[in-house]
Amino acid sequence: MFKRLFSLVLVGALAAAFFPLFAAIGDRADTSSLAGRYLDEGPEALGSANLVTSVIVTYRGLDTLGEVTVLFAASAGIGLVFSRMQPSPATRRTSTNHPPSELVVTGAGLLLPLITLFGIFIFVHGHLTPGGGFQGGVIVASGVLLAFLSGTLKELSHGLLAALELCAGAGYVAVGLLGLWLAGGFLDPRFLPTGEIGALFSGGAIPIIYTLIGIKVGAELSGVIDAMRQRRVSP
Amino acid sequence: MMTQLLTILAFVLMALGVWGLMSRRHLIRIIIGFSLLDTGVHLLLVAFGYRSEGTAPIIGSGLGAEELVSRAVDPIPSALVLTAIVIGLAVTALMLSFAVRMYARNRSIYIEKNKELKW
Repeated sequence: MFKRLFSLVLVGALAAAFFPLFAAIGDRADTSSLAGRYLDEGPEALGSANLVTSVIVTYRGLDTLGEVTVLFAASAGIGLVFSRMQPSPATRRTSTNHPPSELVVTGAGLLLPLITLFGIFIFVHGHLTPGGGFQGGVIVASGVLLAFLSGTLKELSHGLLAALELCAGAGYVAVGLLGLWLAGGFLDPRFLPTGEIGALFSGGAIPIIYTLIGIKVGAELSGVIDAMRQRRVSP
Repeated sequence: MMTQLLTILAFVLMALGVWGLMSRRHLIRIIIGFSLLDTGVHLLLVAFGYRSEGTAPIIGSGLGAEELVSRAVDPIPSALVLTAIVIGLAVTALMLSFAVRMYARNRSIYIEKNKELKW
């Protein structure tokens, strides 16, 4: 009873915090001055059609490097949590008793190449269309999940995953350092020609950085799926 | 108008999330409450970036480079929310793995069965 009341009070406090916000807010006619500057100078300076990508990869590139690090820490934590749990032999047996259904197997054969291709498309075109490395990586990882569910993929090579993650992460930092060396600062993508807005090879190193992020996120989330798949708790 | 509607929606999601976090005892439901709270915060941030008659800040056939300053929405909250979504995903996955671990240890998915968390 007391706990219920406490929850209600908390929701009420949230409402009280929101009310002044709600009362004062209206549709803005203008963006903030910082955003105005990004919108004004961004396309010409970086050659990327997607301004959100410009902000993520370049203007706030260091944040994104931190974000990738947090994602890595979380996936390492998940790996650690599940590595301590031994799969019991009883559940091993029951899990092999249920082969994937015909529909899943046939559908996976048709969809897997398309899903993987779509994921790669999303992260390669991150500077042109909505999307980018994180979204593309998640799509590739969902393809890996489907491969596991359909039995197309029985075992995922941990060495391959670790190598992909290592190369992508080190490549990301290396591209950042190249920016420091050849262009204006850390993670500055302008050491490569910025090209024409809207072309695939434009935006300097932005597509390269987003491709590396895509590979890293895809490998990390595939590792998470693999860790969660292998360990089961006996009922 | 749009921003206010989105603020209300964000509040509803966050209130549901807080309620779920506080009143549920099932670990998975607590995590779902956390996800709702997370989504509410994302929605609120995106709502702050909206401007009237705004469109996505992506140069294409619908939006020329010269129209960007006058018509595009604020790209910074969108970028922040993208970061927040990824971190939210990572945190949710970590919480779920802790939930599995707690279930394996305590043989119960209900939070009050976990003596270590009593205060």
